[in-house]
Amino acid sequence: MYKLILSWRYLRTRYIALASIISVTLGVATMIVVNSVMAGFSHEMHQRLHGILSDLVIESMGLDGIYDHEILQAEVRDILGDELKGLTTVVHIPAMLSYKVRGEYVPHQINLIGVDAKTHAEVSDFSRFLLHPKNRQKLSFALHENGYDTHDVESGREVARRPQLKDAGWVYRRHRAVHERHQKQSQQTRQSESQNPALFENPERHETSSDTTADIPENPYLAASTTEESFFDPLKEQHAGVILGISIASVRHRSTQGQVEDYFLCLPGDDVNISFPTAGTPPDFGTGQFTVVDFYESKMNEYDSTFAFVPLHQLQKLRGMIDPATGLAAVTSIQIKLHEGTNLQAACERLRKRFPAREFPYRIRTWQEMQGPLLAAVRMETVILNLLLFMIIAVAGFGILATFFMIVVEKTRDIGILKSLGAPGRGVMSIFLSYGLSLGAVGSGVGMVLGLLFVHFINQIATGLEWVSGREVFDPTVYYFQEIPTIINPWTVSWIVAGAVAIAMTASVMPALRAAKLHPVEALRYE
Amino acid sequence: MKECCEAEPYKLLLHLQLSPENPQPSTEMQTSNAVTHHTTNQPHHHSKQNGPHFRIAPKPAQAVGSAPPIIMSTSGLKKSYRKAQVTIPVLRDVDFSVSAGQITAIAGQSGSGKTTLLHLLATLDSPDQGEIHLHGKRIDNLPTQARDRLRNETLGMIFQFYHLLPELTTLENVLTPVMIGQSVMKYWKNWRVNLERAKTLLDLVGLSHRLEHKPRELSGGEMQRAAIARSLIRSPQLLLADEPTGNLDRQTGNEILDILRTLNEQENLTIVMVTHDLEIARQADRLVQLVEGRVEEAGTVAGSRQPDVVAKSE
Repeated sequence: MYKLILSWRYLRTRYIALASIISVTLGVATMIVVNSVMAGFSHEMHQRLHGILSDLVIESMGLDGIYDHEILQAEVRDILGDELKGLTTVVHIPAMLSYKVRGEYVPHQINLIGVDAKTHAEVSDFSRFLLHPKNRQKLSFALHENGYDTHDVESGREVARRPQLKDAGWVYRRHRAVHERHQKQSQQTRQSESQNPALFENPERHETSSDTTADIPENPYLAASTTEESFFDPLKEQHAGVILGISIASVRHRSTQGQVEDYFLCLPGDDVNISFPTAGTPPDFGTGQFTVVDFYESKMNEYDSTFAFVPLHQLQKLRGMIDPATGLAAVTSIQIKLHEGTNLQAACERLRKRFPAREFPYRIRTWQEMQGPLLAAVRMETVILNLLLFMIIAVAGFGILATFFMIVVEKTRDIGILKSLGAPGRGVMSIFLSYGLSLGAVGSGVGMVLGLLFVHFINQIATGLEWVSGREVFDPTVYYFQEIPTIINPWTVSWIVAGAVAIAMTASVMPALRAAKLHPVEALRYE
Repeated sequence: MKECCEAEPYKLLLHLQLSPENPQPSTEMQTSNAVTHHTTNQPHHHSKQNGPHFRIAPKPAQAVGSAPPIIMSTSGLKKSYRKAQVTIPVLRDVDFSVSAGQITAIAGQSGSGKTTLLHLLATLDSPDQGEIHLHGKRIDNLPTQARDRLRNETLGMIFQFYHLLPELTTLENVLTPVMIGQSVMKYWKNWRVNLERAKTLLDLVGLSHRLEHKPRELSGGEMQRAAIARSLIRSPQLLLADEPTGNLDRQTGNEILDILRTLNEQENLTIVMVTHDLEIARQADRLVQLVEGRVEEAGTVAGSRQPDVVAKSE
């Protein structure tokens, strides 16, 4: 009983212990906040990565692809059985995309992915990240009249504004086509004027001059464009659709009012050129014109700045992947989605066993393996950060150790009194151990409450800090998240709190032992 | 000492030997002494006045020749301390005994080994040589746990510097030995009885109005009275007092001595008191004088209250 009373009284009266409590509190709160934010970021990243990538991918090692993929698909269905949820074929190749901005072509190195609009939704959440609501419901490579989101819908707040997307689609395309036609006409007129100035100076000679045009060397480009225009009308027609990663086509910046805006260099309705290696040995160079029909925003910069999706059949045709004799089309990879709860690694191993790399030119990987370095880096970051932060609590532990030694010295006579009254050594030890436990419990408890409150109000706190400091704490132009993502894992919180209490207890063991071993006579005589 | 104690004609100690754990008075005490306990039939009056409320009833004279039994004895006690490479002998062959129901004063100059001897008697320290017996049983070689229990249950201690725990109130300080001796469950089970007993003891030493005060809010005399109450809470068979008046002025010191004398006379409490003040020592029943770690003289104090008790010289 006396142990509890005395440790409680020491806790209340020894203000030096407050310093130890504060350091434990801060350490615990910081660890909870950092872990929650890291878990939030990590979860978002995993979700997006997994959303884009299917569970398992069988890739062809060469660019020519797999021609007998239908047999392969049948075998995969056999091997995976009920575990298989969906399966789709994909052509995935490196490519070069360019579009015209103010008369100049802007090139981008991209990953060109030919997807089957019908089956791709079965294996990934690809559609979820598109900007047109109809495309989110059902993927289509047809250009929509308009109706693209003019702000970041996913974040739920109108933070990143996209005013340019208001009329994007056919409305924009027609407007642009008319404008370009006018421009072209006036250019042609100017060109004609410069080539036959006399014709325009003396209208009477017009007919004659028209005869003389045959002598003028023909502009091959002009001729080509005229020929093309004869069978392709951009006012009414589109090329094969392409869905671009949003960062390929836009730049995020702040408006003069300080609002985050996305400025688009090309819009749905614009045409882009894509150059890619064709199938065959050695690979040749192929080019195709596509019309931007939507943007893809996964908020994973790596994907948003490199991925471009086109219809599978179109890409196969352009690359020469369709065998003219049999009509069979090759694919470069098969993406597989498994039912939830399936052991991915085991399923992957079964496929690898059936299609060993030494016999088949396939690479079979899980989505985690495909993003291995990135996920490993995030894991490593979390571990290192936790290690460093735990040092804070360890420092607090040393604070407790020093404080306790001081208190034991200060209380030497009291220890002697207790022993003279018959208190056993372990009883005296218990006083200081329970004191350490109390310090740890109070420090961790307050730290836990503070940490959880901080996590709950983290965005408001960030706004408050921005208001106070005048500087942006969490810049959406950098992170592509509108709010700081957080996830509180009860296990993590429990471990942090238990760890802090254990450190406080451990720190009190040595001083408590010293107190227990004090000789009562020496303690009574201590001054 | 006698004169000052005849002032109040009514007050008696209450059931000091009747603790919840010791419902019957110590048989040894009862049988070994022809002392009448005037406890149960006396009116109990809670005086509003501060200070001790004892009435010293004259101790019945002991029959000639019936020496009180020995409660504690030492034989060949030696103790020395080492400072650097030098061994300093403190006690050299100390032989003496404590008779039940008597006040034994251990007197001597500073450095004569009085306090060391008291610490050995209290089992706070172990002798280098020699033996200490309590009720005929050797106690100096007991294991640590048994010694802790002995100090808690059988021996009471008061110190020159009171040694109250500063974090606790007067009441809590008095209850500390009970808290040490009982488990949390048992303590709470007997909480009301323990509390009543502590309050009664504090009332007897005149501190009923200081229950919730911390030691720093008490005077020296009050602190020593609280320490006496604390030493009595477990109904000890032997009270060891280390210079109980050494830090007090003469008048307050006398009040403390009155309390001890009353406890001795009315409750037959055996007291061993260490003092450097010969005047105080001479008021005891027996005087053991230490000179340079040796018992120079031990015997009945001439003119003491028990002149007919023959002291056996060690």
